[in-house]
Amino acid sequence: MTLGALGFATPWLLWALVALPVLWLLLRAVPPAPIRRRFPGVALLLGLKDDDTVTDKTPWWLLLLRMLAAAAVIVGLSGPVLNPEPARGDGTGPVLIVFDGGWTGAQDWAARAAMADRLLAEAGRAGRVAGLLRLTTPEPVVFQPAEASRGRLAGLDPQPWEPSAALIEAAAAALGEQDFESWWMSDSVEYDGRGAMLAALEAHGPVRVFDSGRGALALLPARYEDGAVALIARRRDAAGMQEITVLAQGRDPAGNEAILARLPLRFETGAVEAQGALALPSEMRARVTRFEIEGQRSAGAVALSDDSLRRREVALIAGRDDREGLELLSPLHYLHQALAPSADLLEGALLDVLPANPDVIILADVASMTEPEQAALLEWTDKGGLLLRFAGPRLAASELSRSEEDALMPVRLRSGGRTVGGAMSWGAPKTLAPFSEDSPFHGLAVPPDVSVSAQVMAQPDPVLADRVIAQLSDGTPLVTRKRVGQGQVVLFHVAANAEWSSLPLSGLFVQMLDRMAISSLVERPEAEDLAGSVWAPVQVLDGFGRARDAGTLPGVAGEDLVQAPLGPDLRPGVYEGATRRLARNAMTPERLLIRAEWPARIPVEGLARAPETPLAGYLLAAALVALLLDVLAALALSGRLMAGRVAVVVLAALTVPQNARADDTFAVMATSEVVLAYVVTGNAQIDDTSRAGLLGLSDTLFFRTSVEPAPPMGVDLERDELSFFPLIYWPVTPDQPQPTTEAYVRLNRYLRSGGMIVFDTRDADIAGFGAGSPNGRKLRELADPLDIPPLEAIPGDHVLTRAFYLLQDFPGRHMGRDVWVEAAPLDAEKVEGMPFRNLNDGVTPVVIGGNDWAAAWATDVRGNALFPVGRGYAGERQRELAYRFGVNLVMHVLTGNYKSDQVHVPALLDRLGQ
Amino acid sequence: MITPQTLRARAEDQAARLPPLLARAEHLAGTVLLGEHGRRRAGLGDDFWQYRPVQAGDSMRMIDWRRSGRGDAQYVREREWQIAQSVMLWVDQAASMRFSSTADLPEKADRARVLALAVAILLVRGGERVGLTGSSLPPRRGNNQIVRLAEFFAIDSDEDFGVPEARGMIPHARAVFVSDFMGDVEPVKAALIKAADRGVRGVLLQVLDPIEEAFPFQGRTVFESVGGTVSHETLKAGDLRARYLRRLAGRKAELADLCHVTGWQFHTHHTSDSAQSALLWLWQAIGHGAVGGAGR
Repeated sequence: MTLGALGFATPWLLWALVALPVLWLLLRAVPPAPIRRRFPGVALLLGLKDDDTVTDKTPWWLLLLRMLAAAAVIVGLSGPVLNPEPARGDGTGPVLIVFDGGWTGAQDWAARAAMADRLLAEAGRAGRVAGLLRLTTPEPVVFQPAEASRGRLAGLDPQPWEPSAALIEAAAAALGEQDFESWWMSDSVEYDGRGAMLAALEAHGPVRVFDSGRGALALLPARYEDGAVALIARRRDAAGMQEITVLAQGRDPAGNEAILARLPLRFETGAVEAQGALALPSEMRARVTRFEIEGQRSAGAVALSDDSLRRREVALIAGRDDREGLELLSPLHYLHQALAPSADLLEGALLDVLPANPDVIILADVASMTEPEQAALLEWTDKGGLLLRFAGPRLAASELSRSEEDALMPVRLRSGGRTVGGAMSWGAPKTLAPFSEDSPFHGLAVPPDVSVSAQVMAQPDPVLADRVIAQLSDGTPLVTRKRVGQGQVVLFHVAANAEWSSLPLSGLFVQMLDRMAISSLVERPEAEDLAGSVWAPVQVLDGFGRARDAGTLPGVAGEDLVQAPLGPDLRPGVYEGATRRLARNAMTPERLLIRAEWPARIPVEGLARAPETPLAGYLLAAALVALLLDVLAALALSGRLMAGRVAVVVLAALTVPQNARADDTFAVMATSEVVLAYVVTGNAQIDDTSRAGLLGLSDTLFFRTSVEPAPPMGVDLERDELSFFPLIYWPVTPDQPQPTTEAYVRLNRYLRSGGMIVFDTRDADIAGFGAGSPNGRKLRELADPLDIPPLEAIPGDHVLTRAFYLLQDFPGRHMGRDVWVEAAPLDAEKVEGMPFRNLNDGVTPVVIGGNDWAAAWATDVRGNALFPVGRGYAGERQRELAYRFGVNLVMHVLTGNYKSDQVHVPALLDRLGQ
Repeated sequence: MITPQTLRARAEDQAARLPPLLARAEHLAGTVLLGEHGRRRAGLGDDFWQYRPVQAGDSMRMIDWRRSGRGDAQYVREREWQIAQSVMLWVDQAASMRFSSTADLPEKADRARVLALAVAILLVRGGERVGLTGSSLPPRRGNNQIVRLAEFFAIDSDEDFGVPEARGMIPHARAVFVSDFMGDVEPVKAALIKAADRGVRGVLLQVLDPIEEAFPFQGRTVFESVGGTVSHETLKAGDLRARYLRRLAGRKAELADLCHVTGWQFHTHHTSDSAQSALLWLWQAIGHGAVGGAGR
């Protein structure tokens, strides 16, 4: 039975739900049992009547809870299942699971494999045999028990190519004679031969298609266009706007794999292609190994880059530029023309160019070089540089490489050179001979109109034959080459301009330069260009677009590399030829991604299915929880659970007074009388002590002086205005929170405007001022942002010693050592005949000590001291001194320098008398 | 039936019980140390107080001739007044005191006895005479009295709620009543009025368990007194809380009022609080009542 997304294994059990109302009546009739409790206060309870008498019944919410628990048990036992798997036919015959298995399905491969796994599990439960077939790698179908096929499933991966007509043919042949049902995991992209495959499958039995409905994204091979890398992404459906990011991956300068650049691309609504151009410095472009669409796992979303993106740096160096203005005769003009589209050109003096480490250096008609130039050039060549030299009048006239071979010349030259076919010679200009097999130029067509009228001649030599790579029709060398270390030196025996030959005017010149790997092709080579060559794979992609080392994969013929469809024998990857690397990508510009359309007779299912979830466990667990709650609630109801105590604590914690006092009432309270204040530290005990201490001090002031303070108030540094209070007592606890910046601003304003803060570390200053003890450290932390002047221990003539009482020491509950106040100014001097120095005018902004004064002052409302001080009578004396110190403090802060001024009284009286 | 064996066992039991109580009371009393001091006024005593000029009415034999010989005036040598005060204790021994809400807390009776005994120790050290109200143990001085007090405190009473013993009050003595005052208030009132009639002043110390202040009960409950003689059933204990607390506050107010009228002092102590604070209050309350501030 199913109910929406719910199915039930044993639906008849649900009938038990009918019995729930009966349970309701039963439960309702039983009141909770009383609890007997010893309680001395019972005498006060006698005669108290209960307000209402109906509560001996179980309350309705408890009943509801029990009902829910019972209902959960009933429903849970009836075996509910969320998203039950629909039955898929009742077939009993063999099942073939068909995968397209190309890169177009790599992105959803996991979902597809999971679906196949579920299907195989289902087939296994039905006792069916199953086979697996990937169209990209057709193998003869073997029907095994479904469980065995399930084990093989994990080994199946998508291939980096797509099913081709040949593969489909092989797959159709692999089906055998048997009849079976086909479940086709489609990549949902159209390809050649899909219809044929469908027909072949239908010939064996019914076909059911599982289609994710999601199309693949693909990236076309990158091209170099207009100074930037052109990237094109393609998608299957011309749907709404979609944004993707293309990553350029390559090696960073340290040689590690890194993302070198990102390019966002946008598919406009209704477009299947997105284009973008990525401008990269040529140096960085050369390091890019692959472009890929971020977040896509498929070979089609990867575009490997090869030499086509790489631009070689070519240094052009001519002899003397003594013929300025005649551009067409410049030895470099034709080289410029030939190389500029495909290479980065450098020009300059040789020693300036060499540090840039160009790939190629072309010396056009350069005969003489200085010693350092020669040495540097030789070293560069030795490390793999290609030195390309052209002959010319100067080279012909020089003595370079005459008697013995120069290190930077491939051959020895005869003096003078030769001129053929000129006005004064008999012969006609010579043409080029076809290139020999071992020449790098092999295969290039020799146009008949290329003629050579002058050249430098190579000295016959035993090694000459090996070094010639192009010759004229009469067998004289035209191009010679010599290996130097890892590099090579190539000499064109003609000039680089059109004076000696028409070669620079022909297309052959460019092709020859290209073959020398001087320039790199922008366009892909054609099959004919590569005919006869063999390319070895370096790296190949797997179906998910991961690069794998090619290992022992066999080489590929050049024409196949360009033309043949991808398949087991030609995997996408990077292939290496004699002089360059070529990339073959899974995606080609011709491949359009089109949605696969299935005939109406074929049932199509999606892949995304909510997994089947049995709910019985959850429901039974919920029932248990409900019963547990019921136990707690029943205990609480009957008073056996001391929940009240817990609740009181929780409530107390929740209803910490939110200090909703209106500012006005606070201000009025603080200002209507003199009020001493203490800082609320958050530690209830400390705060109570502070309050009681200031209360005791206030009472003392009231009794003994004309200061009649109101009860003390606690201030919260974060919220309360401080300026109402003459004195703030601040007990230091190690765990009190650090005030915020705003609070410190207020505190500093308070200190500057004449307020006084009494810091009390309450630790008897055991470790000396400010050091050691946790309270001392906290004090330093607290006072650090405060605007505190230099301090000194209270000097013997400080006003605090005589503001009301005459005091020598300042005990609190402890008889600590020093108490610190603002230091006297340096120029304070004792005037002759005066008992005290003429000290500072103001009131010390801070008093710092550790004597725990508040505890000594503390009294309850009746005036009883709360804390013992010292021992016996001496202790009471100490308490009295503590009170006196407190009185002096308040007097000092209220009267300021008044007592200090008293030193002038004798002088004033003296003057008045006169 | 008292056989020698049971008597012996009970005696040992009692003896075993005494030292801890005594030790704890001594320990508690040790936190309040007294200086040896007199009454700070002239009177009968051993210590010299002051010389004063002879006044009319002084007999010749009161003149201190040694001092008077040094001058023309005659002086009388006065000694400091040293007089012992009698303090009578009553500690509730009834069943309602033998209650503690949790295992962490001491029984009320335990706290009351320790406090009373500690005060007695302090008083004896101060040279006062201490005893029990009634005729069982009249005030005496000396450490033996402490031991006798401890013996009497070890006796539990069977009645549910204690009634103050107000007989045998010495006129103008001091008295200390320690109880939870949960029972009928009339006997307390009568005792206080009787004491006030005789000029006896003192303190009432109410010892309560915190649960008696909180009343955190819920649900259907049968409350029983510790002795089991009184019980009260309710269906919703939570509803009674406010009314119970009101009654408790009323009881406290009544006692405080009574004290105010008779010149006594009243204080409520909870067994969850430290005994020391209660002792300090008790000591100062008695001291304040005594001659002009013994604490100062």
